[in-house]
Amino acid sequence: MAGTSTWAAALVIARKDVAVEVRTRAAFLSATVFALLAAAIFYYAWDPTAVSSLDLAPGVLWVIFTFSGLLGLNRSFGAELSERAIDGLLTAPIAREAIFLGKALANLAFLIGVQLIAIPAVILLYNVPVGRALWGIAAVGLLAAIGLVAVGTLFSAMVVNTRFAELLLPMVALPFFVPVIMAAAQATTTLVAGRPIAEAGGWIRLLGAFDLVFAAACTVAYPFTIER
Amino acid sequence: MPADEARSERAGSRKRGGPFDWVFVVAVAAVVATIVRAVYFTPVEARQGAAQKIFYLHAPSAFVALYVAFGLMALASALYLWLRDPRLDQLASSSAEVGLAFTTVVLVTGPIWGKTVWGAWWTWDARLTLTLFLWLIILGYLVLRGAVEDRQLRARYSAVLALLAALLIPFIHLSVYLFRTLHPQPIVLKPSAPSLPPEMLTTFLMALASILLLYVALLRARYALARAYASADAADDEAYA
Repeated sequence: MAGTSTWAAALVIARKDVAVEVRTRAAFLSATVFALLAAAIFYYAWDPTAVSSLDLAPGVLWVIFTFSGLLGLNRSFGAELSERAIDGLLTAPIAREAIFLGKALANLAFLIGVQLIAIPAVILLYNVPVGRALWGIAAVGLLAAIGLVAVGTLFSAMVVNTRFAELLLPMVALPFFVPVIMAAAQATTTLVAGRPIAEAGGWIRLLGAFDLVFAAACTVAYPFTIER
Repeated sequence: MPADEARSERAGSRKRGGPFDWVFVVAVAAVVATIVRAVYFTPVEARQGAAQKIFYLHAPSAFVALYVAFGLMALASALYLWLRDPRLDQLASSSAEVGLAFTTVVLVTGPIWGKTVWGAWWTWDARLTLTLFLWLIILGYLVLRGAVEDRQLRARYSAVLALLAALLIPFIHLSVYLFRTLHPQPIVLKPSAPSLPPEMLTTFLMALASILLLYVALLRARYALARAYASADAADDEAYA
């Protein structure tokens, strides 16, 4: 069964990446510390008497989340460069799509990990009364993470072969993050304000559609980006 | 230099559209004629005054950049991934570069008009935001091209990025429309008949034709340059091989 082996291979690759990250904690530590620092810096970048911290919180959350996510995405394929480890993956008798899916799953785990730290931190630091909205925010966070990971993993695979890899990733990936960040921040604002989730229905459908379209498109596109 | 060698070099440069590019000269003349007609021989719009005349440069540039240039870029990129002909990659990147120039014209003329009529240089309106992001995506595309050494890899990366960008546009469009829009609704390209006075419509159509011609001329020149670079690279590869 080709389908099963693709997913099985993807899971093995994802487990390898997660294990490397758990043992080194290099990218995760820098991403979460960055998220906490940015949350603190953003607070002082506005006049708290003019804009209430509650109005800032959703925007701050999604901005710091995007940039800390980029730190992890950079490492995704960058880590395979030393000793040409990527050649090992490419010569393995598995579908090229499995490499992409494995990398994407590991990046998704990374982003969810960052969210688990960043979302409570922003809720605490900005005094956001979440209450029952927490599950809604978590769902929006997951939907947004899938979209960011689909696009980010593909571009990470592309930019490692360029001259200024880590500088190029934000430039290429951020325009693609725009609809995701916009929809996630708007949906979060609705939820934090205590309004029903149905009011953010348009934004949530947009997130879902983005996830479906780009997860499929990037999986199909990945084999085109590797040398034959 | 022997005379026959110099002659063949001159012939070569003429063949590649070298010193005298008649399409470019005609296009520039047509654009100048359009501007003269728009400024001196087209009535001033009643409410917006002279600022409305920017429309004759702004709208055709937007049409040529967003639909023609980037449409051709996406089409050539898709065909490249299928046929793997380097000329398609050169065509896509040439069209992207010329399209970026026209998008820049749109982004410069728009705020000048906006400041006069809206009272603000910029608003986060659907069309403005979409155009700005498209401009940034094309810029990223061109920077990515500059950062990849391997020609074949560069062509594949660019084609993938161009196709994903084509997929992204509906999403940016939808997300900025979920905000609100302030931009004037289409006047000429709309389902019902154009609601522009005949003299203005003539000027507009003339502007559209001349800007389109300018695009074709610039694309031709840029494509010829891309071909020249490619053959120079190939000659280099051969010399070092």
